[in-house]
Amino acid sequence: MAVDMKMNVLIVDDYKTMLRIVGNLLKQLGFSNIDEATDGASALEKLRQKPYGLVISDWNMEPMTGLQLLKEVRSDIKLKTVPFIMVTAESKTENVVAAKQAGVNNYIVKPFNAATLKMKISSVIGDF
Amino acid sequence: MPARSAAAAKKPKRPVLRAAKAGAKSRAKSTPKPLVKPSRLERKLVREMESLALVIATAKREIAALRPDEIREKHLPEATDELDAIVGSTAEATGSILDAAEHLGALADKVGGTDGEAITDQVTRIFEACTFQDITGQRITKVVKTLKVIEGRVASLVSAFGTLEASQAAAAPTGEAALLNGPQLPADARSQADIDAIFDKA
Repeated sequence: MAVDMKMNVLIVDDYKTMLRIVGNLLKQLGFSNIDEATDGASALEKLRQKPYGLVISDWNMEPMTGLQLLKEVRSDIKLKTVPFIMVTAESKTENVVAAKQAGVNNYIVKPFNAATLKMKISSVIGDF
Repeated sequence: MPARSAAAAKKPKRPVLRAAKAGAKSRAKSTPKPLVKPSRLERKLVREMESLALVIATAKREIAALRPDEIREKHLPEATDELDAIVGSTAEATGSILDAAEHLGALADKVGGTDGEAITDQVTRIFEACTFQDITGQRITKVVKTLKVIEGRVASLVSAFGTLEASQAAAAPTGEAALLNGPQLPADARSQADIDAIFDKA
């Protein structure tokens, strides 16, 4: 099934520079409806307001970390199947394992390049 | 001779013996008792306590020489201010780079064709490179947390040892060394116009 490039994509990161970079890369890949959130609580609020086809989230945020956001999403009956990719500088085995156990669909470690971003998104939502 | 009563029968001790005892008590108050010779274990314990006191006194002098108040009130705050300035200035610079890259990206779309694609590829590389600012910021945050831990430990040391001897403050640099201050923090920074005004007056 062809990927709907007009799907809503939510990027979550407390660093506005990263929101901008990931947003620009997603636009280059062809996504046009990109929303941003700078913390977990506002991300959850947006997720509950309209359907999203993909969430791309940082880990190191306060007060709610990306892992906590992931757990909230997976425990919400309406959101639990939303594709969720973690994009983070956290690279220890235990981080990756914890995210996987919490239900993350894929895990990108910073710094990353556009090709890796495309590959990981494709592995989650299909080729585009 | 008349019979004696029971009370009278209970006579106090003979006056001579009473006086002798009273005298002994009196002498005991004015003359110290001869010292008991300390045992070997007690002598060793005293030596150990003296050594411990010396170690503590030395540690206090060495800690005072570190000038913990200066560390806590000057050096650590200066270090964290500088690190915060790094994060701020790199964020600003990255924003400028992204502005230019986005503008180039829009131009690439207008150019189109293979040239447009080539420009877009380079713009992508710029976006990828700019992720350094996020990682730099996270590393600096870790350093700031470490500095705060050090600050806390210094405060605990000072508190544990009580009042330390006031140590001599480091002499302020003089001559050309006094001219080496590095970049000013944003709040204190002078603009080029300020520098030009100073230069013109000098």
